[in-house]
Amino acid sequence: MALIADIVSWICLIAGSLFALIGAIGIIRLPDVFTRMHGAGIIDTMGAGLILVGLMVQAGLTMVTVKLLLILLFLMLTSPTTTHALARAALNGGVKPLLDKKNDGEDEPSKT
Amino acid sequence: MLHRLSLGLVLCILWLLLSGYFSSALLLGLGLASAAAVVFIAHRMDVIDHEGHPVHLGWRATIYLPWLLGEIVKANIDVAWRIIQPSMPIRPNMLRVKASQKSELGNVIYANSITLTPGTVTVELEDGLLGVHAITAEAAEEVLSGEMDRRVTAMEGHVETAGKKVE
Repeated sequence: MALIADIVSWICLIAGSLFALIGAIGIIRLPDVFTRMHGAGIIDTMGAGLILVGLMVQAGLTMVTVKLLLILLFLMLTSPTTTHALARAALNGGVKPLLDKKNDGEDEPSKT
Repeated sequence: MLHRLSLGLVLCILWLLLSGYFSSALLLGLGLASAAAVVFIAHRMDVIDHEGHPVHLGWRATIYLPWLLGEIVKANIDVAWRIIQPSMPIRPNMLRVKASQKSELGNVIYANSITLTPGTVTVELEDGLLGVHAITAEAAEEVLSGEMDRRVTAMEGHVETAGKKVE
């Protein structure tokens, strides 16, 4: 039983780390402020979420799990709010979102 | 009244879970007293409303949240896959959609759900009209299909009409 819990939690932890890593790569690779926010969104939801779930499985039915659950809840409530605030600030600050590069032929995309 | 009761209940449960004291009568009594004091002060300040503490959504939220979770996972995998592909097939675009919820709370839940789903970010919310930035055409279509909008409205339900709309 402990083995199964260990396996499940490690799968969650590794998958969460992987998503956090992909999100970080996304923040570097994506071309502008608004698209980079989507990369950050991956870290907020899947990255942090899976890591917290993995830790919950490790902790079992204890107080620690309750606190982790609360962290997850507050993260899910606050992260879209901050993302929205950031996007709104960028838009009002005059940052033009880079739109569909296939149409307007922008030479910005940072292809590797 | 419902909101005051539920606020008190939530505070008591939160106190119990965070402190972990279940046996000492003195500590339990003090915890209960502090929760009651908070409810009283919040009542005096008149800050208890249906927005800060949306209990009236009740069981409908338990239908919506698992669905939202599924959508988040699907969108995450899609966006993550696009990012790690060398060609990075993204097509960023902006779109406007109408939010059909009756209350501001419903609008905010809808906007936050869109933002929480990777691939779409709400950049504007003005009079029930949302400005959404989507990273792919598929994500944009997902929003335009209005399924999430419909589900949030369904969760909002008819109970919302009881809580009056704040200007």
